[in-house]
Amino acid sequence: MLRRILISILAPFLAVLLAFSVGAIVIYILGENPLYVYKILLVNSVTKVDGWGYVLFNATPLIFSGLAVALAFKGGLFNIGVEGQIYIGAFACAWFGITFDVHPLIGIPVGLIFAMIFGGLWGVIAGYLKARFGAHEVINTIMLNFIAIALTNYLVNNPFKEPGQINPIPQTKELFSGSIIPRVYPLFNRIGINLSPSVPLNYTFFIAIFFCILVWYFLERTRWGYEIKAVGLNPRASRYGGINPNYIIILTMFLSGALGGLAGVNDVMGYRHRFLDGFSRGTGFTGIAVALLGKNNPIGIVFASILFGILDRGALAMDVFTNTPRELIRVIQAIIIIFVAIGNEFIFRLLQRLERESE
Amino acid sequence: MIGGILSLELLVSALRMSVPLTFASLGGVFSERGGVVNIALEGIMLVGAFGAVVGTYFTNNPWIGLLTAMSFGFLIALIHAVVSITFRINQIISGTALNIMSAGLTTFLSRLIFKAAGSSPHIEGMIQWRFPGTNWQISPLIVIMFAVIIVSQIVIFKTRYGLRLRACGENPYAADSLGVNVIRMRYSGVLISGVLGGLGGAFLSLEHARVFVEGMTTGRGFIALAGMIFGRWTPLGSFSACFLFGLAEALRMRLEGFGIPTQFIQMIPYIVTMCVLIGVVGRAVAPAYDGIPFEK
Repeated sequence: MLRRILISILAPFLAVLLAFSVGAIVIYILGENPLYVYKILLVNSVTKVDGWGYVLFNATPLIFSGLAVALAFKGGLFNIGVEGQIYIGAFACAWFGITFDVHPLIGIPVGLIFAMIFGGLWGVIAGYLKARFGAHEVINTIMLNFIAIALTNYLVNNPFKEPGQINPIPQTKELFSGSIIPRVYPLFNRIGINLSPSVPLNYTFFIAIFFCILVWYFLERTRWGYEIKAVGLNPRASRYGGINPNYIIILTMFLSGALGGLAGVNDVMGYRHRFLDGFSRGTGFTGIAVALLGKNNPIGIVFASILFGILDRGALAMDVFTNTPRELIRVIQAIIIIFVAIGNEFIFRLLQRLERESE
Repeated sequence: MIGGILSLELLVSALRMSVPLTFASLGGVFSERGGVVNIALEGIMLVGAFGAVVGTYFTNNPWIGLLTAMSFGFLIALIHAVVSITFRINQIISGTALNIMSAGLTTFLSRLIFKAAGSSPHIEGMIQWRFPGTNWQISPLIVIMFAVIIVSQIVIFKTRYGLRLRACGENPYAADSLGVNVIRMRYSGVLISGVLGGLGGAFLSLEHARVFVEGMTTGRGFIALAGMIFGRWTPLGSFSACFLFGLAEALRMRLEGFGIPTQFIQMIPYIVTMCVLIGVVGRAVAPAYDGIPFEK
């Protein structure tokens, strides 16, 4: 058992190492010292308490986004539309927060539910088209990304634009205090961790961890979770088992979209306290990398999100202190995806062979 | 009379808008007829658009730009081929990774080369070809496109290569048992799609915009794939479908300034694409082994 776990961690670990080696070669060709650039990348993220605060803050939406992709994967679907679901979910909870002035005990949960329902419904569009017409969910979810970005861009520029706003990026007005998820620094300071008030890490991070457990429980211990996995493994066989795959496809896309919608909460309810146009910048796509690196496993997803959180934080420092453009990080992310996919496949075959030999 | 001129103008504009889509769509036909789904076409178009500008920027010769675009597209397609054919990794995962990589790489390189965020300097476009004896001008790339459509239709349906390629997409095991080198055929389909996708991207930057803008393909690679599906994986059908998308885009540009919020007008191509995908159900059947890795 222990050997199996070690072997399965090996692939992601090697993939990350290899991707960074490729990155180092690129940095070297550009005439900089890779070790120096990587040191900058790490010093500003993992050697200080505040750095860790930012890392976990960055990881928060990635956890949701990775869970969204992973849940769809389990059901045999590619949800490349998380980016769109993030925008729709974020706008939905922002709308609730700027419209209703309620007590936090109502405002926060209802805000979360709004993000889930609208993100979920956005996901259902592609799910329904797949179940009813057999239309390709990959292309449809991508089309829905563009539509969601244009739609929220319209909403935040026209009916919901903050009056008298001077910020060049359009935004809504501020949420009522009842829908704001507070920052964690008071709690951390009380237990002796010296986190500055300027660090935006907020309780959404703990909600994300809670959802990791929830998704794990759902997939492993409930009937719906079982049915989703059954359809993902073999839709035809699951039909003989009395499952209606079309119904499960729609359910899977709703739940995946709901998790995607939650990925928009961190920024809206926990950080800016408003909806800012175009705020997500690819979190939905990074979720694909996160899910793959974390092997669709909630614990793996947390670690993968933290790694990408470190990269995001480090990218900022890289931009400021070195001549290497931060987009190198995106290239490294893509290389990680490819290497980890190849690595997983190899390990999978290796394990199969080992099992066959031991029989 | 005015209506007549307007509609002719509209058709010309639709044709121009359909060029990048058609090239990418033809690329999709070659790749998927051989059994490899290529959603990396979005990224391939993007590096093509970038390559065209880089090549033209350094040589002042748009034809060199075209060659650069094709070779950049070829390289991305080569990675897709190695990952999804040789290593038999899920083709959607490989394609998605390459799309992310292309977006990052073009932005990264564009900032390094042009020292500016967002877009490149303006470049010279292609010299238009003139119809003999008239004032009519046409982009050489449009002429090339029609040539490629016809050649592709013949190659895929009338040559031995085309027959073998289709066999690899319909039943690679049968093809293999008859001595066809499935791996090599699939490589060829994917690599051709890289070259064609690169050309499509080149039209975007060389002809439409005369500049490279980060992320300028805005989903056209995926729309091209929808066109391929609508065109039932045939070159002529794909062109017809892409012309339809081009028409939607041309109409979209006409609609601007009529008081409809621009964001809703921007959505049109994406909504049309989704409707088309719904409309083809039951009529468009993909090659049987499209998307399934071949393991000897």
